[in-house]
Amino acid sequence: MPAPELALRHITRRFGPVLANDDVSLTLEPGEIHAIVGENGAGKTTLMRVLCGLLPPDSGSIEVDGRATRFHGPADALRCGLGMVHQHFLLVDRMTAAENVVLGREPGGAIGIFRHSAANRAVRELAERVRLPVRADAPVRSLSVGEQQRVEILKALYHGARVLVLDEPTAVLTPQEVDELFAVLRRLKADGATIVLITHKLAEVKALAERVTVMRSGRVVGSGAAAEFSIEALAELMVGRPVPPLRARAAREPGPPQLQVRDLVVLEDRGLEAVRSVNFEVRAGEIVGVAGVEGNGQQELVEALAGLRGVARGQIVAGGAPLRGAVREHAAAGIAHIPGDRLRRGLVAEMTLAENLALGRQNESPPARGPWLTPSALERAAAPLLEQFDVRPPLAHLLARQLSGGNQQKLVVARELTRGAAVLLAAHPTRGVDLGAVAAIHDKLLAQRDSGRAILLVSSELTEILALSDRILVMHAGRIVHETRPAETDERALGLYMAGKRDGAAA
Amino acid sequence: MSVAAPIAAPSSTHAADLERRRRLLSASAPLLAVALALGAGAIFIAAIGQDPLAIYAEMFRECFGTGYGIGQTLFKATPLLFTGLAVAIGFRTGLFNIGVEGQMYLGGFAAAMAGLLPLPGPLRLAVALLAAAAAGGAWGALPGYLKSRFGAHEVINTIMLNFIAFALVAWIGHSVFEPATVRTAELPSGWLPRLSLWIPALSGSPANASLLLALLCAWAVGTLLFRTRLGYELRAVGFNPAAAEYAGIPVGRTQALAMALSGAVAGLAGVNFVLGYKHWFELGFSAGAGFLGIAVALLGRNQPWGVLIAALFFGALSYGGLVVNQRVPKELVEALQGLVILFAICAQQAFERLAARMR
Repeated sequence: MPAPELALRHITRRFGPVLANDDVSLTLEPGEIHAIVGENGAGKTTLMRVLCGLLPPDSGSIEVDGRATRFHGPADALRCGLGMVHQHFLLVDRMTAAENVVLGREPGGAIGIFRHSAANRAVRELAERVRLPVRADAPVRSLSVGEQQRVEILKALYHGARVLVLDEPTAVLTPQEVDELFAVLRRLKADGATIVLITHKLAEVKALAERVTVMRSGRVVGSGAAAEFSIEALAELMVGRPVPPLRARAAREPGPPQLQVRDLVVLEDRGLEAVRSVNFEVRAGEIVGVAGVEGNGQQELVEALAGLRGVARGQIVAGGAPLRGAVREHAAAGIAHIPGDRLRRGLVAEMTLAENLALGRQNESPPARGPWLTPSALERAAAPLLEQFDVRPPLAHLLARQLSGGNQQKLVVARELTRGAAVLLAAHPTRGVDLGAVAAIHDKLLAQRDSGRAILLVSSELTEILALSDRILVMHAGRIVHETRPAETDERALGLYMAGKRDGAAA
Repeated sequence: MSVAAPIAAPSSTHAADLERRRRLLSASAPLLAVALALGAGAIFIAAIGQDPLAIYAEMFRECFGTGYGIGQTLFKATPLLFTGLAVAIGFRTGLFNIGVEGQMYLGGFAAAMAGLLPLPGPLRLAVALLAAAAAGGAWGALPGYLKSRFGAHEVINTIMLNFIAFALVAWIGHSVFEPATVRTAELPSGWLPRLSLWIPALSGSPANASLLLALLCAWAVGTLLFRTRLGYELRAVGFNPAAAEYAGIPVGRTQALAMALSGAVAGLAGVNFVLGYKHWFELGFSAGAGFLGIAVALLGRNQPWGVLIAALFFGALSYGGLVVNQRVPKELVEALQGLVILFAICAQQAFERLAARMR
């Protein structure tokens, strides 16, 4: 069955005050790979959710093979051959891969009995046909992230998708897994499927897509053959202005060690070892990047360094003394922390910008004075930070939840960089942040390094690690499996260590 | 290849203006809720053959038209101001204190017991007030501690502790009540004076200095929550415990403290009756004022001054209901209270959504 020709005509969709899609039109030719790029919040995902029947548009229409169609739910869209692979997988993790794939259209007997063998067989046949190997009878939770993604793709195909929409599919993959995914997508295209790739990684557009549509602030700001756009041109279209190049880093010898980690063992919530005997140090004036696929102990490592998670064995030394694992003590020893999950840890969404800028410093003076911590004192302390870090809008009395993701992150960065701490833990400092803000945050981090701060940078974006780090540590399965320098490595080499495929002598 | 024209970003003065209008809109939600509830109540009144407008007019006249009526309204509003504040402290710190009724009850009992100690008048009053706050505070701290130590949910525990409070007082009461009554002996002194002492127009009404204490509490709660370090920490823990932990705030201890504060304010609610009105403790004196505090806090949007207005409204409703009792059953007033809560919650949601859509 060939893929249908699809057209979105004048789609408008509003979320509260936000115009997520503003009169967006887009056509998808059968059998093409079409990339939709834009910063976070540009409206890519909204548009695709409208396309796949997950959201009704406020106005505008969808045409399938030239006929205006109305989708009342994802099932309607699927009947027209539209399937979506979500960024956060929608899998039942206690069920097997096969059960997940057939979910909603289970092969059944006469009286509705679910036949496992038939499901397994059907899924294996499908997997073989499209060459997407999965362990059909393994529970999803035992599969790697890459495998889970293949299950999601199989699910869409099993349900008859001929137009496959993938939302940021590479965010969780190693470079090698990305290569595999792209090979799969090219094969599916060769079989006549249409692929829509939502991404903010421009190199992927150049590597895979034939056509590209650039979105910004809910509108289409550019479209055409991917070959006609340079990466720089795409970036400028996405951001709306030229993206400044990264500042030249001052050549400097790192100073004395500010943070030392010795034989550190940290447990995760279930009591298993998440960080296994890790040793490293971060010196004044250097950025040490920790690369790794998420879930390999980075989060637990950072939490332990911040004093949020107990240390099972080993030692953390900062400010000249071993730390015992209490947030206040770690902060007092000169450790600032940009947490990886800003909405969970880094911000109180229901408090004002001024109040959020005081988080963790509520006992310092200013803004506090004795037992008092008044709104006016908070706002006085906040104003210069909002200005300096270009938080928009710079209104101290707004609630943090009213800011965009990028501005929320700027708020956290502003607070932590101005703490005057010797050590900065920066976990995913630019996650969910638009390109313009990424450049600003990177610039600030480098400036901090140049001024002598010791920075531990944890990121799953290898480009970020390579661009900022003086040294790189690769974490896999709780261990540091590789140490290198940016000049001596590249994404592919790091990817092999990240995947645990090459076991370097542990540092 | 096609490229569109650039888009202008909204200015920050526009954002500030928008924010102001949004706040105004969502602040007006309680008014709408009250209007809707009165509207629905009018249908009930009409259904039993009475003229709703005449009934409402009479209620209003009786509550606010005479000094005596105003005094009665203030008297009814006083415990609601305490209990509304107690619930609001909980909501502001992420806790749902349903135990206000029991905390108030114990507070009243403790005030009566402490008031019977052989002490000179002013000291007797001070000790009785402290006892009320301490008893309520301890009864609130208990579920707070259980939550922080064992993660036991405060909603369940505060409900259960209400029953325990009632039973405990009934049990102890056996040995201290006056013969053949369900009340303690009258306090010889240490009474909170009636307001009519200073404002003769209120004479005859039981409105007393508890109201001043309640107003002081409202001011203190507002100051504590929004102008102090402790209040900042209480609110941070309430809205996002993970972020509070990240900020080095001891989450468990702060939660327990929040419950203790809430309970202490609830305990003071008992003094309106015990120290300001009858001068003794009587079984069942709280009469649901603790539970009504939840409605007061909701309608007052957990703002101290909002809680004050809501307490006055509910106080008027409760006294006004008594006045028209001849023609309209008192259940109507209870239904009205329920409707206000219902509409307050719905209107809040609807207005928030509306406010979010403004641009």
